[in-house]
Amino acid sequence: MSRGRGVLVWSVAVLAFASPAGAQVDSTLAQEGIYDRPFIGSVSNTAIGGYIEGNTNYFVEDGITEGFSMELRRFNIFMYSSISRRVRFLSELEFEHGTEEIALETALVDFQISPALVLRAGIILPPIGYLNQNHDSPKWDFVDRPLVTTGVIPSTLSEVGAGVYGKGVSDGVMLSYDLYLTNGISDAVVGNDLGRTDIPSGKSEEQFEEDNNGSPAISGRFGLRRPGFGEVGLSYYGGYYNSYLFEGVEVDERRWLGITAFDFGASVGRFDVRGELAYATIDVPSGMSEIFGDRQWGGHVDIIAPVWKPALSGYDNATVSLGLRLEKVDYNRGTFLSTGLSIRDDVTAVVPSVSFRPTQGTVFRANYRYHWTHDFVGNPTVRTAGFQVGFATYF
Amino acid sequence: MRAIARRTTRLLGCLLLVAATACDTFAPDGPPEEQLLDGTIEGMPGSQLRQHLVGDEEFGRRFTVEDGLGPVFVATACEQCHVGDGKGHPVFNLTRFGTLGVNGFDPLTQLGGPQLQHRSIPGYPPETVPGEATGVSEFTAPAVTGLGYLDAVDDATLIALADPDDADGDGISGRLQLHPPSELIEAALALAAQSAVPFTHGTLVDGQYIGRFGKKALTVNLLHQTVGAYQQDMGITSDLLVEDLFNPLAGNRASDEAPDPEVSSSAVANVVFYLKTLRAPSRRDASAAEVVAGEQLFGQIGCASCHTPTMRTGRSEIAVLDQVEFHAYTDLLLHDMGPELDDGYTEGRALTSEWRTPPLWGIGIQENFQGGQAFYLHDGRAQTFEQTIGLHGGEGAASRSAFQALSDADKTRLVRFLRSL
Repeated sequence: MSRGRGVLVWSVAVLAFASPAGAQVDSTLAQEGIYDRPFIGSVSNTAIGGYIEGNTNYFVEDGITEGFSMELRRFNIFMYSSISRRVRFLSELEFEHGTEEIALETALVDFQISPALVLRAGIILPPIGYLNQNHDSPKWDFVDRPLVTTGVIPSTLSEVGAGVYGKGVSDGVMLSYDLYLTNGISDAVVGNDLGRTDIPSGKSEEQFEEDNNGSPAISGRFGLRRPGFGEVGLSYYGGYYNSYLFEGVEVDERRWLGITAFDFGASVGRFDVRGELAYATIDVPSGMSEIFGDRQWGGHVDIIAPVWKPALSGYDNATVSLGLRLEKVDYNRGTFLSTGLSIRDDVTAVVPSVSFRPTQGTVFRANYRYHWTHDFVGNPTVRTAGFQVGFATYF
Repeated sequence: MRAIARRTTRLLGCLLLVAATACDTFAPDGPPEEQLLDGTIEGMPGSQLRQHLVGDEEFGRRFTVEDGLGPVFVATACEQCHVGDGKGHPVFNLTRFGTLGVNGFDPLTQLGGPQLQHRSIPGYPPETVPGEATGVSEFTAPAVTGLGYLDAVDDATLIALADPDDADGDGISGRLQLHPPSELIEAALALAAQSAVPFTHGTLVDGQYIGRFGKKALTVNLLHQTVGAYQQDMGITSDLLVEDLFNPLAGNRASDEAPDPEVSSSAVANVVFYLKTLRAPSRRDASAAEVVAGEQLFGQIGCASCHTPTMRTGRSEIAVLDQVEFHAYTDLLLHDMGPELDDGYTEGRALTSEWRTPPLWGIGIQENFQGGQAFYLHDGRAQTFEQTIGLHGGEGAASRSAFQALSDADKTRLVRFLRSL
């Protein structure tokens, strides 16, 4: 049995024997993720909060390591204001790796007409999958975000736009919907410095000022939540990504990019289970075909099992959990014209974890990651493994 | 308190021990060195190792539209065609074309020749092979491992190996590829001549310079080869080739919007140094009886007449390359391979059926760099050694016949030898 598969088998076995300390998937709708933050709960008007996360990295790839390092990934500041009973403002300013990257991830205003109809405008988080609207690190028991949410779904995706969302109840099932128009993403989906189709490379701050092609992207999600069980969601994001207009003249074909995602989260016995599956189609210029893929997909499943509630003074709900993430991303689904063989460029990973939550909004976590990576032409598997220890907490 | 401190210290010590053990236990091993082609020549000082690694990074750099990629190109990085420093996958095959007329071979430069760039940046049309082309050939990118040894062979060695009139009567008539002086060739040679040791390249033969790299020995040294690949394969301009590519069929001579040169001379120099200092491939089972017997057969049936097993470098300012013996199994000369490998395309003074002998080192693990399936010969048309040998015509025809006359056991020995390279 290979080392990586051994890790997988042991991880599953440990999870299977986890004690039923009480699993709990978030009890709020996915669409309310941005308001499901502890700093908001106790104030009536304006509040400032945020979260911070950091971790260590030690990875070995095919026997070669660059050693041990530490990083402060994110320091995010939220500002929330309840402007009136039905008007809310929320923003999120992100400092990534210190001041290496500073981004305004969210700055939006919600105008509630009724719970079933809320108007939203500003810099929003398009509702693709679950994580994009629920990306706060303290919510997760793993150091890294799932590959599908950073490689296929370009989380965190922030775009200028407007739309509506709402929720309702029918036969004990909560229904939710989101529908937005945004400026969309831009040209670097292809022709980027990764040398492959990379949707996250299409994110551009210039899009906050002006759409590169004058044609908005559309995004939407439809969710069903059954209290006590969990939520499933089906979402879509699509739009023309290339600058086909130059000085108002159409100089290129319009190229559409679409991402369809399915997400789920449920409490199943002692386990919390959460996952996303995404499939992207990209209209790639014929001059870039094959090496820039026109189809990508990926998915992950996280299984978390609380195993111990230690009695710690001052920490009434301290919980130790075991977790396992299984994930795969295929960045280029297709076949070579020259050989008829499959194009690869994929990553499969298994990530066992141990996490400790002294309180709900703070997590200490230790992960072991094992990746199997195939390059574009399908050469022998590159194996990468490593340990990460980190923390994340709301403030 | 002391007891608590002691216990804590012990506990931390145990945890660190467990962590250290776990790091080793759970870390994946790499493939054995003999299954790889990358890595440096042993014995280089730290300063050269660093330059090699900087060149390695540059070799892997993916060029973007903003960097000057294209507007027409074949690949976006050196590494795409030479994955793991090995022979490339057919998806990155270079297509070259031209036409044979009464005045010789015309590479159809006015129509985008001699190389097709069938990929392009968004909004720009990729090239297609013009109807005027009568000769079209595909070139699979070669392995780049050990190129420094070949670059360091002095001109005198190649001149001595050449036997254009088959004076020794062995049926093999290796010819030098020769190129008339050009601004590019002389600049590439002049830069290489800035060396702390006597320069052994740039010899004029009949008023022309000796070519040694490329399927038909189109380029005279690694710098010449590298700047040509930057331009022709990626559409990246350099100090020596500042003209961007464009597609004549696009109807204008406009190219990309990046200022030229698009790659700095130091970046090119680092890549050239990287290529020069890649190690020679390691052998596998070289001393096994079947392999040794296979090598003897390789010589007996005449393969070694072109695939010269051993050469020696000349003077080199890189100490590990200075006057050392190596085993690339090539003579760097042009040989007529007959109609079997005649694509009707050529470069320099080579006949359309003439090819420079490719080095065989690393051929035994070629599939590790081509997606698990080996694609042999200049365009990847053969997938087994038997097919490959079967396509050796012309000067290789006698060796092919001799191979086909071998017993199955001897064929297996010969193939085992090839797999050991």
